[in-house]
Amino acid sequence: MSNDRPSSDLTVPAATGAVSARGDVPERFENPGLPPHQPRRADSEPAADKRAERQVVALFGVSILGTIGVIVTYFVYPHDPSIESMRTANMLLGIGLFLGMFGIGAAAVHWAKTLMSDHEQAEARHPQRSDAEVRAGALQALSDGAQDSGIGRRGLLKGAVVSAVALAPLSIAVPLIGQLGGDWDVSKFRHTMWRSGTRLARDPSGTPIRAADVTIGSVYHVIPEDLRESDHWIEEKAKAIVLLVRLDPQDLVESDERRDWSHEGIVAYSKVCTHVGCPVALYEQQTHHLLCPCHQSTFDMADGAKVVFGPASRALPQLPITVDDAGYLVAQSDFHEPVGPSYWERLK
Amino acid sequence: MSTAQRAAGGTADYLDQRTGVGLAVKSFARKIFPDHWSFMLGEIALYSFVVLIISGVFLTMFFVPSMGLITYQGAPASMNGLEMSEAFASTLHLSFDVTGGLLMRQIHHWAALVFMAAIVTHMMRVFFTGAFRKPRELNWVVGFVLMILGLAAGFTGYSLPDDVLSGNGLRITDGVVRAIPVLGSYMSFMIFGGEFPGEHIIPRLFTLHILVIPALILALVGLHLFMVVLHKHTHFPGPGRTEHNVVGFPLFPVYVAKAGGFFFIVFGVLALMGGTLSINPVWNYGPYDPSPVTAGAQPDWYMLFLEGALRLMPGAGMEPVIAGYTLSLNVIIPAMIIPGILFTALALYPFIEAFATGDKREHHLLDRPRNVPTRTAVGVAILTAFFVLILAGSNDIIATHFALSLNDISRFLRVMIFVAPILAFWITKRICLGLQRKDRELVLHGHETGRIVRFSHGEYIEVHKPLDEYERWLRVQHVPQRPLELLPAEDERGVRRKGYRRDAVRARVSRFFFEDRVEPVTPMELAAAHSHGDHDAIGSTTEGHQTPEISSGPERQVGQQVAEPAGGASGSRPGRSADAQDH
Amino acid sequence: MKAIAARRNHRFAPVVLLALALLVTGGLYAAFAPSASSAQTPSASDVEIGSRLFQANCATCHGPDAAGRAEAPSLIGVGAASVDFQVATGRMPMQMNSPQAPAKPPQFDDEQVRQLAAYVASLAPGPAIPTAEQVDPELGDAANGMVLFRTNCAMCHGAAGKGGALTEGKYAPTLEGVEPRHIYEAMTTGPQSMPVFNDANLNPEEKRDIIAFLAEQERGAAGGAELGSIGPVAEGLWAWVVGIGLLIACAVWIGAKSS
Repeated sequence: MSNDRPSSDLTVPAATGAVSARGDVPERFENPGLPPHQPRRADSEPAADKRAERQVVALFGVSILGTIGVIVTYFVYPHDPSIESMRTANMLLGIGLFLGMFGIGAAAVHWAKTLMSDHEQAEARHPQRSDAEVRAGALQALSDGAQDSGIGRRGLLKGAVVSAVALAPLSIAVPLIGQLGGDWDVSKFRHTMWRSGTRLARDPSGTPIRAADVTIGSVYHVIPEDLRESDHWIEEKAKAIVLLVRLDPQDLVESDERRDWSHEGIVAYSKVCTHVGCPVALYEQQTHHLLCPCHQSTFDMADGAKVVFGPASRALPQLPITVDDAGYLVAQSDFHEPVGPSYWERLK
Repeated sequence: MSTAQRAAGGTADYLDQRTGVGLAVKSFARKIFPDHWSFMLGEIALYSFVVLIISGVFLTMFFVPSMGLITYQGAPASMNGLEMSEAFASTLHLSFDVTGGLLMRQIHHWAALVFMAAIVTHMMRVFFTGAFRKPRELNWVVGFVLMILGLAAGFTGYSLPDDVLSGNGLRITDGVVRAIPVLGSYMSFMIFGGEFPGEHIIPRLFTLHILVIPALILALVGLHLFMVVLHKHTHFPGPGRTEHNVVGFPLFPVYVAKAGGFFFIVFGVLALMGGTLSINPVWNYGPYDPSPVTAGAQPDWYMLFLEGALRLMPGAGMEPVIAGYTLSLNVIIPAMIIPGILFTALALYPFIEAFATGDKREHHLLDRPRNVPTRTAVGVAILTAFFVLILAGSNDIIATHFALSLNDISRFLRVMIFVAPILAFWITKRICLGLQRKDRELVLHGHETGRIVRFSHGEYIEVHKPLDEYERWLRVQHVPQRPLELLPAEDERGVRRKGYRRDAVRARVSRFFFEDRVEPVTPMELAAAHSHGDHDAIGSTTEGHQTPEISSGPERQVGQQVAEPAGGASGSRPGRSADAQDH
Repeated sequence: MKAIAARRNHRFAPVVLLALALLVTGGLYAAFAPSASSAQTPSASDVEIGSRLFQANCATCHGPDAAGRAEAPSLIGVGAASVDFQVATGRMPMQMNSPQAPAKPPQFDDEQVRQLAAYVASLAPGPAIPTAEQVDPELGDAANGMVLFRTNCAMCHGAAGKGGALTEGKYAPTLEGVEPRHIYEAMTTGPQSMPVFNDANLNPEEKRDIIAFLAEQERGAAGGAELGSIGPVAEGLWAWVVGIGLLIACAVWIGAKSS
């Protein structure tokens, strides 16, 4: 198969039949065929050949040593889950595995490159299309089969086959999809655990917060005090998390209907972003801006948590708060709108 | 005959008598494959997938896909005594207590990142060399589906440890799904088995990640490779390489050694990365809890474009309420419409280009990217759009590392997402045309030698060394595509021609693709270049430069006629256009 | 001496020199560095000197009575902790007025910082500099620190405390290599953009737990090089540059003709 000169199927049929004005000069250049083979050193020098073989053997040897290294590390290296010891063990095993694998690969490739024949060979291609005779045969086979089945003539049968096959998967799909969504009660999006009188508590300890403890410039990550009493506390927490800050009352801009939702400059807003639901938690106490680290929506805590930058479109919902007799912060009610990202029937 | 040979012969005979495998061995063992480094990019993807399966099997032996809460006792110190899901606890266990478990986890994650990166690089190679042309359009589509499945595999696996970072990723998924009009809330319930996060999502993702998606990938990889064998591999143009042959080395032994060896090399490199570079240390993020979030909240790199699109979109006024129903355009546009457009364009590109060329021939010789400037420029423009989105997805990291303002980066990229692809298109196209002109220059005048010669009449010239025929062939072999020409709207009898509208669109697309071009040197041009002046033996270039021009304007287009693309394509081409002019 | 001079061009000479230089520097530092116990209770003269330092270096912005001006806040009641944090980390005096005060080499020595702090603390009661025991990571519970850190700190400083971006060019700095005392002081005083975490929010033990968690982070990653501990963006970059880079290099080697 190997050949240094172009074989007959290597020549290109002239690109065009047109003859140029000069007559003897062709329209396009001709493919000159494969260039002559350049021999490698290992082809002509027995010493180079021997050397290459030794290199291949050495690389396989490296692989064997690497594998032995992994096995030795596994049995000998003392198991100790401290960070430093883990790092060393991981590195020893990793480098051993690297040598074990890479050695085989490098040896095989080096072998192929230096010792196996490097004469380029050509193989003819054939069009993908089957030839006319085969096509005719195939068509005939199909039409014979269709004829035998009588599918063309029996319209009702055709309809029955299609309908039965199309409907059959429903017996799996309907029960499956029907139960994937649990109780499908999407109205749960509308409510959180906050009730009138629920104490605001520190996340995650659940200890209630006194209004006096919230000094200007501080920020509290808040959950309902009775969160862990819920059966589905993680789902409830995902909706009920709140961010609590105290601002200088001079800085606070409040609309009339929300004037009694805050307590002496302490405001509480849902921590669930109105964009796609990340916890918005980066509070900058100088600018009163609250930044979401996921998509960088920025809300102004001093001005109704309105959006000042980024992809969110709505302000964060505010939790109306007040103080109970013992001086602890409590919710006045649930949020007045669904928390978190928008959805189709949100306002219905 | 040695014992080993006898045993081998016996086995071969046994198998052949029962399967007739001899025929397959005879026809495949010496099959020719072409040699080029860029043909191995797909192999990197394939071998990382094998490494993913091997390391993945190891991990499944110790991973518990459950969201049941337990109190963890053990290393590391920062996790000791915390309440967490069994999924997270078993991830800690398999990392800190199982010897080699951390290595396997890290190899698995690195392999996933490299798998996706290799798929993208392989796709770029196929795109820029035109390897997707007939008969390989279907294999392009299979490859495209494999890329999407790769994304799905990565996404489902990334979320399995149930840590804060991936949990917030799932939460974003929930937010995006809820934005879908009409069905959003119900689809969110369907995914999570109720309200987010619920206790079903990890087991569900686990089944998808270790069974459904890998099975689909395996099946499609089989189909992908089958088609490669069926079509025989493409090869780069060069002396001796034609549309009718494949030049290279035989499968056995050369590619068994080279491709087989490459698997071990890929495994080795991934093992080295797993052994020395920490990846996704979930104990830094901690077990999932809906309240915490971390700075640098990002998905793995292959999902960054989506994150970036979400970040770039301005939200103000983007949530119209129509008849009481909320339409979250600030989520739908970046998370569904923009990626939808980019991915659809990518999936359909072979068909779009085939529409523009009207070319029905098979192509087995690859294009050099410079010889198809518009395609190369379109590819670079799509990549640029993805790159802008990836930058947007990393804007907080860019802000801290380059002392920039997060907001300024976002504002800048909001403009660049529109401007950068257009600029990239224009610049790439100019570079391609320039490189083609350089090729012409080289063929016509040869290599500069740096040797200056003075003639008796005082003229100085630099001696140029002409190209040998092998060097030259690479630069003159391509047949440039010319724009399709539109037949008049009415035939000779003044009757409105059927399908004129479609042809008009087609002619416009074809003009966009092929109007600007540089044609390769013809033998006549070369002869003319050499015969100018009286010192053609040393290839003087003092006068009579032939400068190739970009043809433009309809008067120069002599191409196939739109009305009969099929017939015209396989036959001869009409005379050349005057693309190269003397002046 | 001659023998040493003859070897000054030896290839290990720079290494030896470097090692010597390090030894000398370390020795001097150990000899002269103030130990925690040297921080005595401030005397009246400390307040007096501190007051003079304040007038010379701080009063331009904060006002001669430290009551603040338009561009700088009042320092009455910020306490010694705030002065120690801002001045000892080099944040104050600022090079220019901006919401971000980057850490830089401190402009005052420890003695002067103590005197300044004594002066500001004398104006009104405020958070004090924590004792060595309050900030000893050995006494804290890293696991509890992890829980508190991720709820209260990680959103700005990152999961591993390596810093993160805030709005309009501001940023939360890395906590790597920051002295435990300064971490404690930052929590109690809320410098610049950072909110205040008073003792009702995070009590002193909890603050120490956070310090213990951060000390745990300083030990590095169990899996090898940390790659900055900034998450998936850095990992993706490494997958492309090192992973794909190395593998393409291997592919080029495989595809190249042997000589």
